[in-house]
Amino acid sequence: MTINAASFRELRLDRLSRDFGSHNALKDVSLTIGKGEFIALLGPSGCGKSTTLNLIAGLLPATGGGIWLDDKRIDPLRPEERGFGMVFQNYALFPHMSVNRNIGFGLKMRGVPRAEIDRRVAEAAALVRLQGQTEKLPGQLSGGQQQRVAIARAIVVEPPLVLMDEPLSNLDAKLRLEMRAEIRRIHNTLGATTIYVTHDQEEALSLADRIVVLRDGVVRQVGTPEDLFSRPDHLDVAEFMGFRNKVKGQVASAAEGRATVAVGEAQIAGRTRNAVTAGAEAWLAIRPEDLHPVAAGQPGLTAQVVSTEFRGREFVGFARMADGTDLSFLAHDKLSPGETVTLAAEPDRVLVYGGAA
Amino acid sequence: MSTDVSIPLKQRLAARGLDGLTLLVVPAVLFLLALFIYPFLYGLFLSFEPKQGGVFANYQRFFSDSFLYGTIGTTLWLALPVTIATLALAIPIAFRVRLMRNQRLLTTILVIPITLGTVLVAEGLLNYLGPQGWFNRTLMTLGLISSPVKLLHNYWGVMLSLVITGFPFTFLLTLSYLSGIDPALEQAGATLGAGPWERFKHILFPLLLPGLAITFCLSFVQAFSVFPSAVLLGAPAGPTRVISIAAYQAAFEEYDYSMASAVAMIMALVQLAIVVAVLAARGLLYRGPAGGGKG
Repeated sequence: MTINAASFRELRLDRLSRDFGSHNALKDVSLTIGKGEFIALLGPSGCGKSTTLNLIAGLLPATGGGIWLDDKRIDPLRPEERGFGMVFQNYALFPHMSVNRNIGFGLKMRGVPRAEIDRRVAEAAALVRLQGQTEKLPGQLSGGQQQRVAIARAIVVEPPLVLMDEPLSNLDAKLRLEMRAEIRRIHNTLGATTIYVTHDQEEALSLADRIVVLRDGVVRQVGTPEDLFSRPDHLDVAEFMGFRNKVKGQVASAAEGRATVAVGEAQIAGRTRNAVTAGAEAWLAIRPEDLHPVAAGQPGLTAQVVSTEFRGREFVGFARMADGTDLSFLAHDKLSPGETVTLAAEPDRVLVYGGAA
Repeated sequence: MSTDVSIPLKQRLAARGLDGLTLLVVPAVLFLLALFIYPFLYGLFLSFEPKQGGVFANYQRFFSDSFLYGTIGTTLWLALPVTIATLALAIPIAFRVRLMRNQRLLTTILVIPITLGTVLVAEGLLNYLGPQGWFNRTLMTLGLISSPVKLLHNYWGVMLSLVITGFPFTFLLTLSYLSGIDPALEQAGATLGAGPWERFKHILFPLLLPGLAITFCLSFVQAFSVFPSAVLLGAPAGPTRVISIAAYQAAFEEYDYSMASAVAMIMALVQLAIVVAVLAARGLLYRGPAGGGKG
């Protein structure tokens, strides 16, 4: 394999900002990305993740801060001078060019000799498993194949950095899983540095070495998938990581990273993630898969069952507490609507966040 | 054991796209029949019934008299450069306007000449380009010329007025074709190392070309049927004696409607020949969607 990523040590975003009129799409984002890393920018729509990617690619000028590749400041450069590979959400394949010419476009622009273009295009097509399709026009390919062409086109020029903007969002669920594995395989084969934008936390968790969670144009947390999954720093990150149950309560006691929170009559124990003081308000965050019905009388949240859905091995239940808070939980048995249940989770699985949400 | 499974006629017609809605095209069909098909066929037959001579006498006369057949060349010599000039103006302006946020104001200004009509534009140009007009006086004041440039009652007057009145149409059509190209394609080109000129050459222009061919045809047909500006701003007896003037003279000076019809038929054939040639060339191009993916 001769396709290899050009080398650099690190890409640095230094207090990068972007305003659209009075709206700050991105506020002082600082981030250092090492060579060979797979970084996922994760967040809900409108959080600034695509803006960040477009700023790095040069498709959008920054309104503050800078972007550095080692000691070279690259944010004044035009996109064609940066030489990063980019995979667009809708693939952006040139519809009038064959697959071969699409993949070879970047090499042609760099003045690579014809024979070498042919050789490298063939290699890239083989890497993304597109042999035999290369004379077709993009319109004659399936969505998954178009995606592969877009990836091959971005990596064939051996860019120091590959940028991917929600590349799997237009594919069906099965193809998405396949392409996810494919993207990781290609990343490992090339040793390229990849920045991957997604709103799907599962995708980010399974692909990335590190995840950057953005919200309202601000970096909320940077960490490994394991970090984010089990130790989210903020309530909103926790929510994004699947802690879908948010319950408000009053801190009864707090010490050494543990706290007990009073919710109505019940006392719920959990791990604290930020400063929590006794007597103050706090939020509990619990994953639905960690919340189960227990025998009445045991400590737990009391709620009325709204409905249950069969999910194969278990039932997913939906319940409402007396104050109107909605809960989702897992149950082994079907529950009938209107039934009163007590729901509890292991204290290690309950996160406590002090302060207002 | 057989049951009657025949499908009602109404349902079978509907499956072929014929239902109550089809009736809505009736007014349009009647309109076309009355105002286009019938006059066309009437003129076609009339052209084969000359005042004197055989069936083809009008056509023989047209192609043996240089004063008549010469109008084809004269008209082409106006219409083709005008079409190319309007396209050459419209493409760069459309490329610039496409990137602007306040497109509407500029588009409105550029489109105003359409609403003025040919005659008003011609009147304006008579004042503006005349020997005492601003144009010549400005150039003389600046010392660029010593005597007025003759821009009226010749080829250039007609050419200029056709470019002015033809431009808005060409521009709007070009802009809409250009806006139909997914902006992500250009961005993809840029991230792959293509500069502005290369992006135009390899991505935007090839995708725009089929639309430009259609724009060319429509603009050409408009320019080819020039009449008012050729009379008002040109030299209708000489260099700008276009084919529509020949038809007018046959009809209203010689009162030979048959001959006028023959001229009109020849005019239609010349236009058709150019349009067919351009569309045939377009057939060789990529004509699929100008988007970058399935989405």
